[in-house]
Amino acid sequence: MARKLLLEHINVPGINTFDVYRSKGGYAAVEKALKTMSSDDVVEEVKKSGLRGRGGAGFPTGMKWSFLAKPEGVARYLVCNADESEPGTFKDRYLMTYLPHLLIEGMIVASYALGAKTSYIYVRGEMMPQIRILERAIAEAKNKGFLGKNILGSGYDLELYVQPGGGAYICGEETALLESLEGKRGNPRIKPPFPAIAGLYGCPTVVNNVESIAAVVPIINEGGEEYAKVGIGRSTGTKLISAGGNVKNPGVYEIDLGLPVEDFLYSEEYCGGIANGKRLKAVVAGGSSVPILPANLFMKTITGEPRLMSYESLAEGGFVSGTMMGSGGFIAFDEDQCIVRNTWNFARFYHHESCGQCSPCREGTGWMEKVLHRLEYGHGKMSDMDLLVDVSKKIEGNTICPLGDAAAWPVASAIRHFRDEFEWHVTNGAEAVKRNYGIAHYADPLPKPEPAA
Amino acid sequence: MKVTIDGISVEVEAGTSILNAARIIGGDIVPPAMCYYSKLEGSGGKCRTCLVKVSKGSEKDPRPMPKLVASCRTTVMDGMEVQNITSPEVIEARKGIVEMLLINHPLDCPICDQAGECDLQNLGYEHGAVKTRYEFDRRTFEKIDIGDKIQLHMTRCILCYRCVFTADQITNHREHGILNRGDHSEISTYIQKAVDNDFSGNVIDVCPVGALTDKTFRFKNRVWFTKPVEAHRDCNHENCKGKVTLWYKGEEVLRVTARKDIYGEVEDFICNECRFDKKKTADWVIEGPRKVSNQSVISSNHYDTMKPLPVVKSNPVLIEANQEQFERETRL
Repeated sequence: MARKLLLEHINVPGINTFDVYRSKGGYAAVEKALKTMSSDDVVEEVKKSGLRGRGGAGFPTGMKWSFLAKPEGVARYLVCNADESEPGTFKDRYLMTYLPHLLIEGMIVASYALGAKTSYIYVRGEMMPQIRILERAIAEAKNKGFLGKNILGSGYDLELYVQPGGGAYICGEETALLESLEGKRGNPRIKPPFPAIAGLYGCPTVVNNVESIAAVVPIINEGGEEYAKVGIGRSTGTKLISAGGNVKNPGVYEIDLGLPVEDFLYSEEYCGGIANGKRLKAVVAGGSSVPILPANLFMKTITGEPRLMSYESLAEGGFVSGTMMGSGGFIAFDEDQCIVRNTWNFARFYHHESCGQCSPCREGTGWMEKVLHRLEYGHGKMSDMDLLVDVSKKIEGNTICPLGDAAAWPVASAIRHFRDEFEWHVTNGAEAVKRNYGIAHYADPLPKPEPAA
Repeated sequence: MKVTIDGISVEVEAGTSILNAARIIGGDIVPPAMCYYSKLEGSGGKCRTCLVKVSKGSEKDPRPMPKLVASCRTTVMDGMEVQNITSPEVIEARKGIVEMLLINHPLDCPICDQAGECDLQNLGYEHGAVKTRYEFDRRTFEKIDIGDKIQLHMTRCILCYRCVFTADQITNHREHGILNRGDHSEISTYIQKAVDNDFSGNVIDVCPVGALTDKTFRFKNRVWFTKPVEAHRDCNHENCKGKVTLWYKGEEVLRVTARKDIYGEVEDFICNECRFDKKKTADWVIEGPRKVSNQSVISSNHYDTMKPLPVVKSNPVLIEANQEQFERETRL
């Protein structure tokens, strides 16, 4: 069993209280950072660790921190993005519910590294229990002198606030989150300027995912180089994966990056295989916005290599035959699931959540949803697939924020890999509303790549 | 700073946007803009019609930008090279965006007061496809009156946010904004409150489509039958210069608007008194006929102004750069 860095003490009773967390070695990272390290040392340590943003894009966290502008006399902010709303992803909620102090500890260290005197945790509005848990944990930490003025006698002041959002998916986009935090309508800003230059209230701001911030704690405790030993290649450390769908044991798992997907999906330690003895049809590897893959392409890359749970291996093959790590929302589909229905469901979600600011996303998401609805209920046309691909291409990359891309990718990839099933929905319209297409050839072994001449 | 757009170089000041640099050059290479409004701070970036390709980032960092960028909100760098009408990628993306903009637009041009001076009509004509592939119901809204002078027909709106910025920046308080999200979002006042202040009429001028119309002019006439005449008066309002365009039909002034430049942007915002209450020739000092672009349907009968060649067609550099396109056009 691999070592857990984040969820080591998850099963200790009362770990959500300050005393138990402290007795298990909690807040050691705060002590170490504030007493023995300068803020630049902390940034350097995180850089060394190779930690990549856990929110979806996988941008190196240390690099992000070092981009932060540091003009004299201007406040800097750290904002924790806890607006986790990606369908299929629920790791941050889990972390906040059971280990609130881990997040707070990470926030203190990260704020210290960035020189932020005020930091915010922006939590999605639906997560009311988590907001209360965090509020209580912050009050506890403050009582014990880990927040507020002159933390541990180091002369460093930090105020930490929890801000509930309104529950909009778009507010998970960092600039929309900042707008919302400022009390405005949650529309993404047009970049540049990036938040590192002008973010919250026009001041330099870093926005990090909950898990990225929590991962700072083991990095400081053990040193960046030690952390970088876990994992594979440029995917260092451990990652929380929220496994859902038709797996036997759904839940949040901490894995070492580089774990073979076969092990993750079928070993009893993790997902335990597909529920009810069925076969795997398709996988969404990192939350609803990443490209969906059929079982055969998911288990092996197009070159025949076994796929690993790492940023690089999942992305191998690009968008033609690969997918993305995303935010770690692992959804498995068994042979009874309908890909058309699932794609429609995702499209419906993005249609509902588009902010309506820029035209391709505002109009295009609704259009795709309507066409997919028609296909799902057996009224589609053969030309609809090409139409969907074309519309998704017109949206992708032409929008202000990545929501347009997120809406386009699942549709485009579903048609790329499951075109037969879409066509079956057109040719057998009446049947399509009664039964599903089944697994077809989606789990067949991949054809051997032709030897290069 | 030197920036090259479609093969034409121009020197601009630091901080200029690509769109404004293109406007300095002028002619066919200016990207269309539905939401950007140079007089309104923070506008732009939303409609995505002005997307261009940056094929060289700058002299220092010559890498091209990975995605198409909104030219109205991207500032130029020294040595930047931009492709607009010379990039098939841009043309394709723009076509897609016009199609998207027209998905929920009612296309009721025959009965729309904006017809003839509508930015969306021009955009569709210049960059759009012949027919739409959209086969579903369009979103519709009830018409509402916001105040006694302005009618809001949300069905036609393309959500450019210009009127919101206008109310924020030109008038002393804003009473309307965007409600809801996605393609349900609408411009509205809070519980049908009236928009009522001295400069509120300007939202009519900034609206690129016929979503906000002048109730004193609605259905009076088609704009191409009216004669635009420039005039001014001594306006008492501190922020109004009283410089307007009067739209005559025969002896009668049918409506008063601010003066708009070739990009459809007003030169000076005018107050509601000038716009709605002064509709007699005696109220105004006439300056002379308004010059209207030969592209516009309003100038349809002015044969003398028909063919001044745009700079793009007389500049040898550009002709060479765009040879393929010119050949295609002459073939047609």
